[in-house]
Amino acid sequence: MSPGTIASSIADGLLIGIVYGIAAMGLSLIWGVMSVINLTHGALISLGMFGVYLLFTTFGINPYLALIAVAGFGLLLGVIIYLIAIARVIDAPHLSSLLATFSVNMIIIGLGTAIFTTTPRDTGFSLGSVQIGPIALQGTRLVAMAVTLAVTGALYTFLYRTRTGKTIRAVSNNRAAAELMGIPSTMILALSFGIGTMLASIAGGLIATFFSFTILSGSIYELKSFIIVVLGGLGNPLGALVGGLILGVLEGVLPLAMPNTWVPVIEFLLFVFILLVRPGGLLGGK
Amino acid sequence: MKQWLHPGFWITVVIVLGLGLAPIITQDAPTREVSFTILLAITMAVSLNIIMGYTGYVSFGHVVFYGLGGYVGMYLLDSWDAPLPLAVLGGGATAALLAFLLGASILRLRGAYFALATIGINEAARTFVSNFEPFGGPTGIELQFSIYRSYGGAAQALWITYYAVFGITLVAIIFSYLIKTSKFGLGLMSIREDEDAAEVMGVVTPNAKTLAFVFSAILPGMLGVLFFFKNGNVEPGDAFRLHSSIETLVMIMLGGQGTLLGPVLGALGYQRLRGLLLTSDVKLGDLPLKDFQLVISGVLLLIIILFIPAGLVGWLRRRFAPLRRVLA
Repeated sequence: MSPGTIASSIADGLLIGIVYGIAAMGLSLIWGVMSVINLTHGALISLGMFGVYLLFTTFGINPYLALIAVAGFGLLLGVIIYLIAIARVIDAPHLSSLLATFSVNMIIIGLGTAIFTTTPRDTGFSLGSVQIGPIALQGTRLVAMAVTLAVTGALYTFLYRTRTGKTIRAVSNNRAAAELMGIPSTMILALSFGIGTMLASIAGGLIATFFSFTILSGSIYELKSFIIVVLGGLGNPLGALVGGLILGVLEGVLPLAMPNTWVPVIEFLLFVFILLVRPGGLLGGK
Repeated sequence: MKQWLHPGFWITVVIVLGLGLAPIITQDAPTREVSFTILLAITMAVSLNIIMGYTGYVSFGHVVFYGLGGYVGMYLLDSWDAPLPLAVLGGGATAALLAFLLGASILRLRGAYFALATIGINEAARTFVSNFEPFGGPTGIELQFSIYRSYGGAAQALWITYYAVFGITLVAIIFSYLIKTSKFGLGLMSIREDEDAAEVMGVVTPNAKTLAFVFSAILPGMLGVLFFFKNGNVEPGDAFRLHSSIETLVMIMLGGQGTLLGPVLGALGYQRLRGLLLTSDVKLGDLPLKDFQLVISGVLLLIIILFIPAGLVGWLRRRFAPLRRVLA
């Protein structure tokens, strides 16, 4: 095994991992703000994929422009989902919100399967590749990384530099106290949920530019997001990005040492193990 | 002994007996297939209810016990030529052992963390078995057709598995009722209401939870063997479908968690509805209605969670006080 192969595996892993990271960031944000495990996450990722695919193949819109529309759609859909399905059960036991989000997932996946069938799709979009020494980097993945970093930066600016961001953090710290200060918590929670689903749809849109997919593909990334969220600490969005990078590198490097099919076994065992020994995540505190 | 006079127990038993005996009396194979699916769903729901409804721990990994039990049983049947009863017991024992080992570790996690861990366990089990050569890796285990000969041919074997599933369902009902009315069950329910308070009051919560988990795992492990024996083959994708665990959760929610009758009615209702939707000829626009089976189930589930979270039986009991003496 040459150092070149290892280097290019790591580079590949980092580039894909950062996109996993943005998917997981949405899940982590929602958990952090309202302690809801969002099981519609995979469906929203799938919708993001289809949004970019349909806008690109039928209207010829550049995927990255389409991504803006998809992000807006993801935000809106998230707010609607929150207001219809989650607002009523936000104070109920975990099972209620788990099943509420899962039922929305069933509805979206059911409609998606009926309309789009489960035939694999491919945008067939390419930006060529860049060669650095032994490492060839796909253009689409480099742009995906840039988009992810930009979105992460924007999210943090929003959360820490704006008034609305401050109210979100207030609600996530202590909802009752925030309400006493006059913050409309339902609207803020709806917005936070929308931002979470927006991140999911952006991740889906980015993945669609370099992988083929079906309406069911989102669930694979949802499971990966769970692993990442646990790696980075539940409720810590920046941790999710780091967790994504860790998972990406693992996925890049592990196949060099063992058959490809063993990689998910290691990932899920790691997931359960971390939950057991450090439920706060590798990066999180207690 | 007073608990055996409760009409709620007998109503449940009569429903299951009616379902189970119908195909035996008519000796009709299609009816048997319908009842088989429903009885299977009932046992899965009733057993999951022990850990979820009584104890309050939401598990997305119930199908792991079914899948792993099924795999072990099929392995015994195929590679060791074990007789079916032994394979069924082997499946149940493996599931119980797994639940014991898992219980000692992941039941320390509470609420959403436990739910997440069970998703992880399910995926870990599926991906592990896909790689595990003795279990046939990704292609799974396929039984030789000749194996059915020792049970009087394939047609007779189908009846034998049906009787066994029927028997297991009855055991599940009695077992669930025994737990519910016992002191042990009271301990579980106090864990559900407030785990810390239960501990203070003298419930040894780690042991109680682990035991509840083991009890909920045995029957699914046995069912898995019967189902895959009937099927003739087992594959990782069929054995560890996360979706089946969630369907079982939905059934419990429909009927009412923590009740005896609830999971039975929920499983019955869910499977009937599913059957109706899958076989209907109605069209919605130019797409057949059966394409929308998932959508309709989803909408139904959402309505129940938002408006009647106690499920049918829980709602009836709350709404009509006299029914509390009739429904368990």
